[in-house]
Amino acid sequence: MSRARRGSAAMRPPIRLFRNLSSKLAAIPMVLVGLGVFVGGTAWTIVHSFTDSRLLPRLRWVGLDQYERLWSTRRWLVSIENLAVYGVVSLVLTMCLGFFLAALLDRKIRYEDTFRTIFLYPFALSFIVTGLVWQWILNPDFGIQSIARGLGFSTFNFDPLYNPDLVIIGLLIAGLWQGTGLIMVIMLAGLRGIDEDIWKATRVDGIPVWKTYIIVIIPMMKPVFVTALVLVTSGIVKLYDLVVAMTSGGPGIASEVPAKYVYDTLFTRQNLGQGFAASTMMLVTVAIILIPWAYMQFREKRQ
Amino acid sequence: MTAAEMNMKLAVTPRGAKPRSPFAPRNIMLYGTLIVFSIYYLLPLYVMIVTSLKDMAEIRVGNVFSPPVDITFQPWVKAWAEACTGINCDGLSRGFWNSVRILIPSLIISVSVAALTGYVLACWRFKGSEVFFGILLLGAFIPYQVLLYPLVIILRELGLFGSLWGLVLVHTIFAMPINVLLFRNYFVAIPEELFKAARVDGAGFWGIFFRIVIPMSLPIFVVSGIIQVTGIWNDFLFGVVYTRPENYPMTVQLNNIVNSVQGVKEYNVNMAATLLTGLVPLTVYFFSGKLFIRGIAAGAVKG
Repeated sequence: MSRARRGSAAMRPPIRLFRNLSSKLAAIPMVLVGLGVFVGGTAWTIVHSFTDSRLLPRLRWVGLDQYERLWSTRRWLVSIENLAVYGVVSLVLTMCLGFFLAALLDRKIRYEDTFRTIFLYPFALSFIVTGLVWQWILNPDFGIQSIARGLGFSTFNFDPLYNPDLVIIGLLIAGLWQGTGLIMVIMLAGLRGIDEDIWKATRVDGIPVWKTYIIVIIPMMKPVFVTALVLVTSGIVKLYDLVVAMTSGGPGIASEVPAKYVYDTLFTRQNLGQGFAASTMMLVTVAIILIPWAYMQFREKRQ
Repeated sequence: MTAAEMNMKLAVTPRGAKPRSPFAPRNIMLYGTLIVFSIYYLLPLYVMIVTSLKDMAEIRVGNVFSPPVDITFQPWVKAWAEACTGINCDGLSRGFWNSVRILIPSLIISVSVAALTGYVLACWRFKGSEVFFGILLLGAFIPYQVLLYPLVIILRELGLFGSLWGLVLVHTIFAMPINVLLFRNYFVAIPEELFKAARVDGAGFWGIFFRIVIPMSLPIFVVSGIIQVTGIWNDFLFGVVYTRPENYPMTVQLNNIVNSVQGVKEYNVNMAATLLTGLVPLTVYFFSGKLFIRGIAAGAVKG
């Protein structure tokens, strides 16, 4: 982030409340959104997660009751487990696939623009569209399963959306389809930022291309990887629309996720306190992921 | 340019290595892999198109990949004008127009607010402005679920809950972090001498913004606009929480049409509806090309 103008006296009139007034007026939306919505809203939700609010929010304290109830609800436990499995697999595959595709595109190929357009277009589509298309492709009667059976594999079984054990795979196929393009573009931007001389040097040393990627390029791209990591993880925590469109949490509760638990508890089961406790847990998850990252960024900046 | 130089430029080679023939095993592998991945990414688009052009009889005897024999546009007509959600049978057109009515004000307001805030943060810093900016950026990582209910209360207090304007406000709020960052980083790079000259000529806060900054910043407005159009159009969660059924945006209505449990499933109508919903962001994506990529790269790598 550039801080070119920081402290440049010419652009900053002496700081008094009435000088620079237009600028302060123009900053009002930012202050309202930052303090009023982001800080205020978060604090409000956390505070109300310690109450027994049901249909309407009220401040009758019940301590950690909501959290105890949350962690003994099977649906929440299934949600957390699903998110963990989906999260880890999707994270690893998105990063690997994203980097792999970016590396392929960076090999000075022909039609690079065409390939990049193809890999990225799903990212422009909503999760609802993504979920509905893949729901159709994975339809056991007309989709992949029926085609494989038609080819003679009459016992071939692949109906992830109707099988509680496989349903996460169905979500992963669709999620990866939608999201890898973004990571590919970010990785490609990172690869383009690497000095041509590095490649020349490794070529002179006779290091094979694949080895150059592993021992030289990837370590050099650490910041890009970290950014991609943060981006993918914060997206995974928000996983909601895809599940709603593809499975509605089914079969049974096999593909429930925390974001859906929060929505359902707040708006269809009207159990506000419980919903607030669940959303606070989501916030805690994000914080656990982000704090080390923020710390790293901060340390790098000071150096 | 000599023929040899031309060849050097056109040859498909790895970075800097000696030129090889286009049919070297390495190239076959490279392009083969790219083509295989392209099929995975293009398949859903193909499936959507062919399914939406078949009639139900043809769907029942074939599979998702079989090309249409008798091309019919009936499913498109039905999806647009007749498909039912609940008791309303006026098709997706209602959702489409709702989305348009949400998109236009949200786009204008969110981009204007973000541009103005970015301008303050880049050129007219005051004491504390960076702190507010930091808070705003943190907001980008708060899971939406945490803020869902506080925003319900805010909108209710403002008398906007359930209306299109309420949703416009929500989109503006959640668009702020990323877009403010985009504008701020762009404006910081404008040469300071321009501002000094304008100040000498008597231009103030608004004069500099409207006469110098905005005319110079068309590309970043386009980038921010693209992010906003796809983001707002693809939104599902806010639409479902903050609007009443008659104002549901297209994504919500699409999901209700396709995942309704009543009646016989009309897969061709469903796919036509899905494709119709994806058409707006896809059009933006294919026409904006590099700017779209620039938008996500700027948002991601700098963030």
